[in-house]
Amino acid sequence: MSEMKKIKNLKEFSTSADRFEGANLLCPGCAHSIIVREVLNATNDDLVLSASTGCLEVCTAVYPYTSWDASWIHIGFENGSTAVAGAEAMYNALKRKGRLKQPDRNPKFVSFAGDGASYDIGFQWISGCMERGHNMMHVVLDNEVYANTGGQRSSSTPIGSSTTTAPAGRVSYGEKKNKKDMVSIMASHGIPYAAQVAPNKWKDMVKKIQHGMAVEGPVFINAVSPCTTEWKFDPKDTMLLTDLATDSLVFPLYEIIDGHELNITYRPKSVIPVEEYLAAQGRFKHLFKDEYKHLIKEWQERVDANWEYLNRREEARV
Amino acid sequence: MAFDKMELRDIEVWDGNFAAAQAMRQCQIDVVSAYPITPSTPIVEGYAKFLADNYVEGEFVMVESEHAAMSGCIGAAAAGGRVATATSSQGFALMVETLYQASGMRLPIVLNVVNRALAAPLNVNGDHSDMYLGRDCGWIQLDAYCPQDAYDLNFIAFKVAEDHDVRLPCMVHQDGFMTSHTAQGVHTLDDDTAYSFVGDFKPMNDMLDFEHPVTHGVQTEEDWHFEHKARQHNDLMTKVMPKIQAAFDEFEKLSGRKYNIVEKYDMDDADVCVVCMGTSVETAREVASEMREKGVKAGVVGLRVIRPFPFFEIQEALKDVKAIAALDRSSPNGAPGMLFNEIAGALFNTDTKALLSGYIYGLGGRDLTKRHLTDLYTELQANADAGKVLTPLQQFIGVRGPKLQFL
Repeated sequence: MSEMKKIKNLKEFSTSADRFEGANLLCPGCAHSIIVREVLNATNDDLVLSASTGCLEVCTAVYPYTSWDASWIHIGFENGSTAVAGAEAMYNALKRKGRLKQPDRNPKFVSFAGDGASYDIGFQWISGCMERGHNMMHVVLDNEVYANTGGQRSSSTPIGSSTTTAPAGRVSYGEKKNKKDMVSIMASHGIPYAAQVAPNKWKDMVKKIQHGMAVEGPVFINAVSPCTTEWKFDPKDTMLLTDLATDSLVFPLYEIIDGHELNITYRPKSVIPVEEYLAAQGRFKHLFKDEYKHLIKEWQERVDANWEYLNRREEARV
Repeated sequence: MAFDKMELRDIEVWDGNFAAAQAMRQCQIDVVSAYPITPSTPIVEGYAKFLADNYVEGEFVMVESEHAAMSGCIGAAAAGGRVATATSSQGFALMVETLYQASGMRLPIVLNVVNRALAAPLNVNGDHSDMYLGRDCGWIQLDAYCPQDAYDLNFIAFKVAEDHDVRLPCMVHQDGFMTSHTAQGVHTLDDDTAYSFVGDFKPMNDMLDFEHPVTHGVQTEEDWHFEHKARQHNDLMTKVMPKIQAAFDEFEKLSGRKYNIVEKYDMDDADVCVVCMGTSVETAREVASEMREKGVKAGVVGLRVIRPFPFFEIQEALKDVKAIAALDRSSPNGAPGMLFNEIAGALFNTDTKALLSGYIYGLGGRDLTKRHLTDLYTELQANADAGKVLTPLQQFIGVRGPKLQFL
């Protein structure tokens, strides 16, 4: 195992590597590039990367350009995880045969995918990779919507959000279903490490990515990625939105080790009401009408209950 | 190498699946990523057993679907090593999306396709529906008629696909059950000879070369997409056939077994002939010989390479015949059969006056008997004598109920 990269401060961290170029076609204010840089900068190891079809893929590898200074592959919407798994299998095969070009290298295998490509169409492929125990990391850029195709609901879209296929209207408050609990589902595969991360809590992110890269076996990382276009907020407010998500506990930061041992890794000093998180985004604007006010109350209750559940799991150590 | 050599007799009794598995073992595949489907399953089972017995070194990734199987193969091939898998029918259909991706990324993967009908109705037996479904995927497609061919053509497939001038994936087809599960004597190569024919894998743009990172599978819009697809098409049309021919020639020197891009049988002075693929080629050859005894100048043209389509070789083979039957083992569903269309396309601007009829046969594993072919040759001879097609252009062979014929 190669030594973990030591990082002192944010300034050093943000400039410590440049394997993902700033020049790309992502929207101003998109959190994807911040998350990707944080993941890549957390390690000095060689990387083999994939991206499933989505904003990240179409904005960073448009021929004849590429934003990636590490080997990278895109196949389709659903199978980026399996592409990395195949590459990992080839690495193992060539290593055993003594045919690696650079046998001293210790590469890490990482697939990036949006929530659509992870929670929905790519679900089977990711589940397969987790179950088979590939030594790889799957990172979800969770913006809770199919952003690349223009804002359709995904199974990560939270209740009450207005999307193009679940729009708010005269008789509808938008998305009717609760967000799928992907981290629990993936942890239930018994994988060595699963975690939720947020780009604003970069030290927590680095710690988790480094932990994930150090363990043997599949790792699942769910990163909240505020989408200026579909969440409808000002591009300068990306980090503000991320702060609201983590500090309102809508997006709690925790990790699950070996499929069961849950640790909460961030406890806000003062918890913000969910209402503030919702109010900052255009996609929830309609919830503030009188007839839907009860939904905001339900939102708060659900977030509270989830926080209670996480705390109990942490306390019980099971 | 750390794996064990396997002692083979000069002739082993193998079915088509095991013959393909043995060829894969001898090529020392680095990664097999696979999902089982009848009738191709024993190929990857064979590889798994070879791995378990240390007759091969590599990784076997038993994935959760055929789509993932080819996805894993693509990732593995992009990482830079020898990759193969096998499938049939519905599994092949599920793979189709990834087949375009493999060829578009110019990854030299070998896929053994044991041909089987596509549902509905569900049917596990052999026909060429899946083979035809794959014909526009940008892969090279070779066709085996018997277990011996299934063995030999796998070596050819790796040799051609991995050539740095080609870098395109390659399928080896064999007929479900009729070849895959029928044991015959197979002449073998010893392990060293077989491996020396395909040689060591020479990676190109591999993802595990960390000094030279590569980006695979980019996005191209209208400014570049056309150029990439045109180049891929161009290479298929111009570079692949000479490489296949060269591989056939080299293989003949090694094994004494001669393969041709188009397999002609009694075609030197033939008046009537059938054009077909797979196991029916051998049946047709036998019937053609019997027809010769009856005074009918009968011949057979078998396709060994389906993609790229052997346009000029077909023109040459058929230039002097009077009546041709194109036999399609797949229902075209609303058009003349694929082979009928492609033969017609190849002959259109030539001087031939040959009469062409299309026949659909053998769907879902239905037998094509010698009696069927005897009747067919008799019909062709009547057409040739009359100088015109006396029967409908498209007919079905051996289907129950009222006779189905069109055009």
